[in-house]
Amino acid sequence: MATLYDKIWDAHVVGQRGDGLSLLYIDRHLIHEVTSPQAFEGLRLAGRVPWRLDANLATPDHNIPTRNRGLGMAGIEDPIAKEQVVTLDDNCKSFDIQQFELLDVRQGIVHVIGPEQGAVLPGMTVVCGDSHTSTHGALGTLAHGIGTSEVEHVLATQCLVQQKSRNMRVEITGSLNQGVYAKDIILALIRAIGTAGATGHTIEYAGDAVRALSMEGRMTICNMSIEAGARAGLVAVDETTLAYVEGKPFAPKEELWNDAAASWRELKSDSDATFDSEVVLDAESLAPQVSWGTNPQLVVGIDEVIPDPASFDDEATSETAERALKYMDLHPGESLKDVSLDIVFIGSCTNARIEDLRAAAAVAKGRRVSRSLNAALVVPGSGLVKQQAESEGLDQIFINAGFEWRDPGCSMCLAMNDDRLMPRERCASTSNRNFEGRQGHLGRTHLVSPATAAASAIAGHIADVREYL
Amino acid sequence: MNSNPLQFVRHTGLVAPLDKANVDTDQIIPKQFLKSIRRTGFGENLFDAWRFEDEGMIGKPLTERQPVSDFVLNDPRYSNASVLLARENFACGSSREHAVWALLQYGFRCVIAPSFADIFYNNSFNNGLLPVQLTHAQVDELFGLATQSQPIELSVDLEKQSVIGRDDRSYRFEIDDVRKNRMLKGLDEIGLTLEHANAIKAFEARHQNANPWLFRDASA
Repeated sequence: MATLYDKIWDAHVVGQRGDGLSLLYIDRHLIHEVTSPQAFEGLRLAGRVPWRLDANLATPDHNIPTRNRGLGMAGIEDPIAKEQVVTLDDNCKSFDIQQFELLDVRQGIVHVIGPEQGAVLPGMTVVCGDSHTSTHGALGTLAHGIGTSEVEHVLATQCLVQQKSRNMRVEITGSLNQGVYAKDIILALIRAIGTAGATGHTIEYAGDAVRALSMEGRMTICNMSIEAGARAGLVAVDETTLAYVEGKPFAPKEELWNDAAASWRELKSDSDATFDSEVVLDAESLAPQVSWGTNPQLVVGIDEVIPDPASFDDEATSETAERALKYMDLHPGESLKDVSLDIVFIGSCTNARIEDLRAAAAVAKGRRVSRSLNAALVVPGSGLVKQQAESEGLDQIFINAGFEWRDPGCSMCLAMNDDRLMPRERCASTSNRNFEGRQGHLGRTHLVSPATAAASAIAGHIADVREYL
Repeated sequence: MNSNPLQFVRHTGLVAPLDKANVDTDQIIPKQFLKSIRRTGFGENLFDAWRFEDEGMIGKPLTERQPVSDFVLNDPRYSNASVLLARENFACGSSREHAVWALLQYGFRCVIAPSFADIFYNNSFNNGLLPVQLTHAQVDELFGLATQSQPIELSVDLEKQSVIGRDDRSYRFEIDDVRKNRMLKGLDEIGLTLEHANAIKAFEARHQNANPWLFRDASA
């Protein structure tokens, strides 16, 4: 009667320290340039070395330009950003950690390349100094975002100090209507349970709608688990999972594959497993979702109007909503379909995989980005996603429609590089956070699916993608 | 000051009331400051977009900044505050430990709120910043006191798990014994774990035997 989380947890507990906390063995540690330099410095100062080199895999993603990639390091104009990327290079070389460097076609957003390479496998424990590590749970993997002190701890000990979290089951019933995607499911869920709705929990996503999703769609959902406060998000392994993993560069081959696959087929909750809390959401009832506020709970269906802040049950959310409307320059009762845009961003660890680009391209095909926009960006999640998209001609569809076709990285999701909103610019974005200033100082973000983003780019305002299919 | 920055025993300081729920780590320390490869220098950009009208950049001197007049940390009454009072779900969002570093380096030793996001809560203990969880009613009461014309002082006693006001009114808080003891002693987490190095090695060998596919050399 164990949950999937219980099973992966039990298979990785080394033991308890004297203080009662558990040591959880970590199979895969993903590293990027922003949250690792202080951890490597800490190792050096303490005279420590990484416990197990081959458990680590690094790539630069947060802080790199998405133009002129061919120039490599020389293409990074900001000297402070450059120092950080060079430091990752130096640290990987001096500690002998494998890195997909800036010019490697396998480089990309850390949460895109892990699954893409088979560097993340079902049943693993995975950590990364990034909250969206929850993405990897889509493979039946226990994946936690951690802080820099924990990055150093994992490097030095191959363990994470943990207290077990509680189990939450989220069942998505029914099937999605046309124009509604995994992104809409997770936005609707966060709207329903709130940004702290899953604090202290690991969510397992189940139900017919989840089973019907591709791995990319499951990754989108698990990715945003953290936006509901969850410690991790998980999906049980099924044939979709195995078909995705098979043949990936780091995945086991031949006989070892058969052994691994047999073991992975057991990665599901027992039918009589008990959960600390359960939520059910009907996929059938969902329209395309759009955020209107400054956290991912403040979301409505495209058919709805912006709610009155006073309509929220709790005072804190009402106040947050009121502040959000002021920041976003929006009003209760307003329809988001009338809200004009300045920028459209298609990318991020939430929505920059091949399926996301296909969905956006299907809408963009044969159409033109509105002249009223300042820019519409498509930023593939990795060099290999980019290559795949180009082999399918998606780049030409985007370029012909007036989108900019960029090089892989986190880009305007967090706007650490040059891709950012100007003050008060409004953006329809396929990323995961609409916090104040997230995409640029005083910038305004509306979180949407890739298809809705593409339709909105064509319309020049937030659009109902169902009218474009 | 403690010589061991990880240690927290008791702290007394002025309270800055930040009356907002769901404060995210993007607000605590905006992304442009995460480019630094150092562990220090984040304090002066704490809550940068809320504290200043102009957009902050690494290295921009404070003398060139235009403070937002009605932001709580720009109120001279709270200029020496070292206890931050906040609302629910404090520090949600990004895992950036820079948020904890920025709070500490600005001068905060303790944050009091009804609830915290998990990753931030963990990160705090790894740096000697004490997150104190009180009930909504207690936090409401403290906001009532802290927003009066005179700022209030609170003592936070980790040993006694108690927040004590001037008239000796005290608020008990819950914290798990493990984190409490580690912080009281200022123990190094990695050192504690490495005492179990033999157990980790033994586990690793068993784990590899049962799941050999997890141990294939990535580049092979």
